Amino acid sequence: MVFTLGRPASPAAFFGIELHIPDGFLSLAIALVCWGLAIALLGIAVRRTQEALNERQVPLMGVMAAFIFAAQMINFPVAGGTSGHLLGGALAAITLGPWAGMLVMAAVIGVQALLFQDGGLLAMGANILNMGLLTALIGYGLYRGTAGQRLGVRLAAAGVAAWLSVMAGALATALQLWLSGTTPLVIVVPAMLGVHALIGIGEALITVAALAFIARTRPDILGSKPATDGGRGWVIGGAIATLALLLLAPLASADPDGLERVAEDLGFIDRGLPAPYEIIPDYTVPFLGETPVSTIAAGLVGAVVVAILAVAAGRALRRRTA
Amino acid sequence: MYARFVDPYRDISSLVHRLDPRVKVVATLLFILSNALLPDGAWLAFALSWALLIVASLLAQLGPGYTLRRSFIALPFALAAVTVIFALPGRPLFAVDIGPWRLFASDAGLVRFASIVLRSWLSVQAAILLVAATRFPDLMHALRHLRVPQLLVAIISFMYRYLDVLTDEVARLLRAREARSASVPGQPAGGTLLWRARVAGNMAGQLFLRSYERSDRVYSAMLARGFTGTFRTLNQHVMRARDWWALAAMAGALALIQVVGRLIG
Repeated sequence: MVFTLGRPASPAAFFGIELHIPDGFLSLAIALVCWGLAIALLGIAVRRTQEALNERQVPLMGVMAAFIFAAQMINFPVAGGTSGHLLGGALAAITLGPWAGMLVMAAVIGVQALLFQDGGLLAMGANILNMGLLTALIGYGLYRGTAGQRLGVRLAAAGVAAWLSVMAGALATALQLWLSGTTPLVIVVPAMLGVHALIGIGEALITVAALAFIARTRPDILGSKPATDGGRGWVIGGAIATLALLLLAPLASADPDGLERVAEDLGFIDRGLPAPYEIIPDYTVPFLGETPVSTIAAGLVGAVVVAILAVAAGRALRRRTA
Repeated sequence: MYARFVDPYRDISSLVHRLDPRVKVVATLLFILSNALLPDGAWLAFALSWALLIVASLLAQLGPGYTLRRSFIALPFALAAVTVIFALPGRPLFAVDIGPWRLFASDAGLVRFASIVLRSWLSVQAAILLVAATRFPDLMHALRHLRVPQLLVAIISFMYRYLDVLTDEVARLLRAREARSASVPGQPAGGTLLWRARVAGNMAGQLFLRSYERSDRVYSAMLARGFTGTFRTLNQHVMRARDWWALAAMAGALALIQVVGRLIG
């Protein structure tokens, strides 16, 4: 049996719009700000985890980090040679608790960067934020909001949380690339969100099925969470992050010029890219005129085009390897 | 063992291999930092950085092309930056027609794109060299000395130890699925999408439980062998004169590259 180690090749990876940012694509300022945030949050996570848990948790979290890495290799065929697979941030946060989940995801991202050069070292702070912190906040926060409800309700919440956590990671990655002057906002946001809306569905399906399986066989694991995790804070934090995502994503894809102006006014962009009017004039579909409907339609067209290209690329890749 | 985990470490006794791992970690980070600091289009400085990398590879007895052959992993991400060619204002070089839109490639955009790809490509090679010349446990020990929290280092060390074991478990799960679901090449996969996703989810759940229960056994085994809550190491790292010299040489070379990058380009 031929077996390759690592995550299965997804169409997003082929198009270079996946979440592991390599070095060189973020500006130094953005990379360092992200590292600062990641270090502060990981520091809290280490302190909280050491307070709440005993030394037994060290092998547990280490083996669970290896589990997330291994689980990313489980794929299932979607259509036309593309396959869905797990990213695992929401699953880790829901099963292990948010702080432990954050540490586990940081370990996974660290090993992927060090051993497999999947994601950069200077960009690791941003990668930990996008795939570790945001997934823990949204994944655990939304799931925790349904504590005490029926299993079906909790599983549905976990599915929505898993989808949203992937979208949040994609949006954060897009914004970091844009603020670094690597790619214009009008391109990167619809492309990232369009592809990850599909990837997120796979993530949601696998997360829900895995949780249902665990709930059937070992219900005690999902039931016993240390009270020190502070349930209410995570629910509120998750709700705020979700709200920010729901507000920011349409704004960024429907009115990139507005967001660009805000960022300039606040001094976020020093050598920001000018809105590339040459590419898509005002980012509207020509025959629809300049209406909100037109901008949304342009975004949808972009997403559909990317999706079709992704499926075609997946098909071509499979034919080559078959 | 079906999914043999490929350790990138190359067991050679070279000058670079014998350096203190802390020096190698700091030197790699400085190199990546230097790439990020270089202005766009500083071609001579980028070339000097590559020369520095080749010198380090030769000193590590890996051959000049070792890192180059493994460096293409980050290349697909370059596509994320392709759009910048058309987005920066500048002298238009050529036009591409896509449907009703005409894209103009500008010289400034092209310079920026090439610089981004070069920075990424050089940084990836530095990381490849680091793990080829440093044992992973030594790397973890260095991180501990560089003030990375003990808990995080312990988690990563355990993860490294069980990577092989759990990727083997996955290989068994995937093989079992393969054996039970015949598929004809070129034909669409069987069942509905929802059913296939549920099978994958059940496999992930199964793997989760196997890992969870394994970690219990690991902890019992640790206690049985006298674990008291602290991790020890047998090879103490000491900074010797040649370690300081290597670090100084690296910092000096990078400072020179920065000066060249800013003054000459």
